[in-house]
Amino acid sequence: MPEKATADARPILSLKGIGRRFGGLDAVRGVDLEIKPGERRAILGPNGAGKTTLFNLISGEFPPTSGTVHLFGEDVSALPARKRARMGLARTFQTSRLFGGLTVEDNVYLAVLGVRDGHLRPVLNHEDSEMRERAREIATQMGLGEVLDREVAELSHGEQRQLEVAMARATDPKLMLLDEPAAGLSRTERQTLTELLLGLPEDITLVIIEHDMDVALRVATWVTMMYEGQVIAEGTPDEIRANEMVHDLYLGRRHAA
Amino acid sequence: MATSAPEPLSAGIEAPGRLRQPKQVIGGAVAALVAGWLIVKAVGNFGGFLNATLLGLTLAGLYFVVASGFTLIFGLMRTINMAHGSLYLLGGYIAFELQEKLFSDNKGGFELSIGQSSGETQYSTIEWLVPLLIAALAMGVLGVLIYQLLLRWNQGQELRQALITIAVIIIAGDQMLAHFGGVAKDIKLPASWPTSVDIPLIGSFGFFRLTIVLGSAILVGLLLWWMIKRTRFGLITRAGVDDRDMVSALGINIPLVFAAAFFIGSLLAGFGGVLGGSMLSLQPGQDSAFLLNSLVVVIIGGMGSLGGAAVGAVALGLVQAYGASYLVFGGTDLTNYSILLTFGLVVAVLAVRPYGLFGRPA
Repeated sequence: MPEKATADARPILSLKGIGRRFGGLDAVRGVDLEIKPGERRAILGPNGAGKTTLFNLISGEFPPTSGTVHLFGEDVSALPARKRARMGLARTFQTSRLFGGLTVEDNVYLAVLGVRDGHLRPVLNHEDSEMRERAREIATQMGLGEVLDREVAELSHGEQRQLEVAMARATDPKLMLLDEPAAGLSRTERQTLTELLLGLPEDITLVIIEHDMDVALRVATWVTMMYEGQVIAEGTPDEIRANEMVHDLYLGRRHAA
Repeated sequence: MATSAPEPLSAGIEAPGRLRQPKQVIGGAVAALVAGWLIVKAVGNFGGFLNATLLGLTLAGLYFVVASGFTLIFGLMRTINMAHGSLYLLGGYIAFELQEKLFSDNKGGFELSIGQSSGETQYSTIEWLVPLLIAALAMGVLGVLIYQLLLRWNQGQELRQALITIAVIIIAGDQMLAHFGGVAKDIKLPASWPTSVDIPLIGSFGFFRLTIVLGSAILVGLLLWWMIKRTRFGLITRAGVDDRDMVSALGINIPLVFAAAFFIGSLLAGFGGVLGGSMLSLQPGQDSAFLLNSLVVVIIGGMGSLGGAAVGAVALGLVQAYGASYLVFGGTDLTNYSILLTFGLVVAVLAVRPYGLFGRPA
């Protein structure tokens, strides 16, 4: 398949000298990042390192103050979030962003609907039952088969996190950004989540921000380390595990600054 | 009837003394006093009580039609469309003008300043319906224009959007005053409709209020309920009430959904204006009066909740009707102060349920 070969050669996501300034604060400074199709990348770094801002720049929540974002080979620096979502980018948020008053199925259904047309179509048709079917299927894959008809506000924290991944998955993305999916989860919930992430199809490229090393380093094949808005180290999970600077940053033996 | 006079007064005196008690106790005590007072009144003159109740319910029907559009826009956009009352009044005026210009027998006569004294014309049903449809649709389109031209580029800046729509109220209010004058205007009802119907115990009651206004409110309520529960747009709207940004992150075309919400909400304001212009009358100041009514209704019911708007409208309509009928103590007529009861109602609801009866924190 020659098409695949060329696709493999080109990065799915490429950031060039990207930066974002909030007032006097440089949240992200001149970051270059390339993600290849099918890659599993973890982004680590202490609080305030600019990881979530980087995600927001990739997904288009706000535009960069410098640099460019190329998604699937196209310059998307000026495109709004929903257009990037339609190109095949899905993301989750650090704090739960779910529709608490709707059922699990409705939440996933909206995610399926979002990347299709006809959002204002007044009459339901066969397409809707097909989308509902798809929503149930994905929710079940993500371990939510038992709670499809429950209101999201009633779910446990772990189930809500699973639902977020399910919603990101439901859009059939080429690239998925997960922002601290394991935050606040118990040990068993973290294990369930790790299994779910490892079970995602190979053709979905995954970028994950995670503080929990057990989750991050098990899921990722390549790790980027950020500190104060810049990339300070990259490597395999084993290299990062052995990196002294990483230990310093995470265990608090940080330079006085 | 004078025997029951002290009761509402004692409610006012007692409540502040109990401020240290749990809110529910105060709320319950006030509710019990009001209920007791109404029972005394109802026993005294049951037919009159039923009449006041029915007046309140028909008023509630009008409030619901207007406020349901308001709450739809607010629930989705978190934007208070302050110009909602202006759309109500302008919708009514447009229907009035269309009826005069298109269907009046003495065409060409320019009796704007004389108002209703001109109209000996017998209008048919169609001559009432056509202005209604055109006015409602025109307000829907105007609502979309307000959204597209004034609000869309201020997305997420609620305060700025509120100020812009307040500016619209002021500008539109003066323009309407200049064009339609300060004299109250009525949209004429079809001559073939009866003016009143006889109801047992109550006697004669306005036909239009009872059938058309109440019927429209129920129809609007059912249609909106169906739309919210059974369509894609409705599901997106319900999701948007929880988290608008997330809806957008899913790829949903939120500007389009907002424009649709504005169209429907503004159309309902215009529709309400035509109903109100036929049932009451149209005059300057009703733009802010109906903005206020809509605000009260959705604050009582909970912002963004359709069921809340229905309950809030009934509460407001009944309070106003009872206030207008029963605030007469012996020779003292306090009905001018009945608006205070409205705000008493808001205070009582907010004390017990800060987000309104069916509201949730945003």
